[in-house]
Amino acid sequence: MDRIPILKMGDALLVTIQVDMHDRLATALEEDLTSKIVASHAKGVLIDISSLEIVDSFIGRMLDNIAAVARVLDAETVVVGMRPAVAITLVELGLSLSGVKTALNVERGIALIQRRLETPEAVDGVGED
Amino acid sequence: MTRHDAGAIAQLVADHEKEIAAEWFDLLKKAGALQTGRIKEAELQTQCGNFLHLLQHALGKVGTHVAHDAYQPVREMLGEVSRSRAVQGFSPSETATFVFSLKQPLFNTISRAKGVGTADLAQIMWSMTLLLDNLGLYTLEVFQKSREELISRQGREISELSTPVVKLWDGVLALPVIGTLDSQRTQVIMENLLQTIVDQGAEIAIIDITGVPTVDTLTAQHLLKTVAAARLMGADCIISGIRPQIAQTIVHLGVELNVLTKSTLADAFAIALRRIGRMVVPIKATSSDRQKPAD
Repeated sequence: MDRIPILKMGDALLVTIQVDMHDRLATALEEDLTSKIVASHAKGVLIDISSLEIVDSFIGRMLDNIAAVARVLDAETVVVGMRPAVAITLVELGLSLSGVKTALNVERGIALIQRRLETPEAVDGVGED
Repeated sequence: MTRHDAGAIAQLVADHEKEIAAEWFDLLKKAGALQTGRIKEAELQTQCGNFLHLLQHALGKVGTHVAHDAYQPVREMLGEVSRSRAVQGFSPSETATFVFSLKQPLFNTISRAKGVGTADLAQIMWSMTLLLDNLGLYTLEVFQKSREELISRQGREISELSTPVVKLWDGVLALPVIGTLDSQRTQVIMENLLQTIVDQGAEIAIIDITGVPTVDTLTAQHLLKTVAAARLMGADCIISGIRPQIAQTIVHLGVELNVLTKSTLADAFAIALRRIGRMVVPIKATSSDRQKPAD
């Protein structure tokens, strides 16, 4: 069975989804990622979905689940590179992925995780103004 | 009315076409069709002549059966006339008068004709009235339709015009929303905003609702949808331009806007600059800095 590769970059894990996700692939990714976070003591998970063109509610929930599991294991999840059409679809489906951090591209996503690693307590910087 | 009678009327109209047209034209002129200057005298005269000619043709062929195919040219011509009037800005009654005012000269001619009994005359008048009423109503229908087309086209143009996404600074976008937010416009706005976020790599988008007249629960929901979509793309949103009355309405309606809100665009911009690590300082301070020797 196909698996999505998970790369380790410093303290973060990088997952690049480059094929159309089907449900079994998504479940496998969730499991792999969980064990990898534990094995590598990763502090951040970066999921690049810039080449994902189709999402459904299952994939949306999977992203939410991964984030929730990662948070339990003390790692921050950042979803990067979402396409406009995908974003609109998810919002219309009622999935605003409130537990997931987002960034425009991988570069900014890494910066976000880096910032979090430098100031470990000042997380959830949404409302600081 | 029998086919024969219709033929007789058609013949009558054909014989007196010039007179009827002249009388009709005078009548239209008296009613003030030319006063506004929206239509030229010659144009109106041609329209009268053409219509009468086509009507007489159709009458001769099938009598007063308006639904018949023979009346197609008449209808086409009337449609053309009323479409052009809708564009020229005529009122509906002015447009309908074009057909209805034909009755008088037509009836005059028929009653002047020899060899028509009183009973026949009443019958003829009745069927001609029906015919002209029908055509008059058709004129109104076309008029209405062309106005509606005009309005919907303008609506489309407005919605395209009024959703610009403005770049305020590197990474800071502003979206001034003007007019009511319905679901269709929200879709357009959302797509515009998200595409611009990708194109410019923006981090912060300010949605300014100064130009939104009222905010109800539906509008708020649309705003929040846009904010949620922008967040999924990795951009933060600030909503600005909330007028006092709107703030009160939002609270009274119990709507939770779970986003950063500011009362003016300037406040929102200041926050946005701080988030991207910029600062606005008075020129004086910087110039005195510059005088110090650089290290």
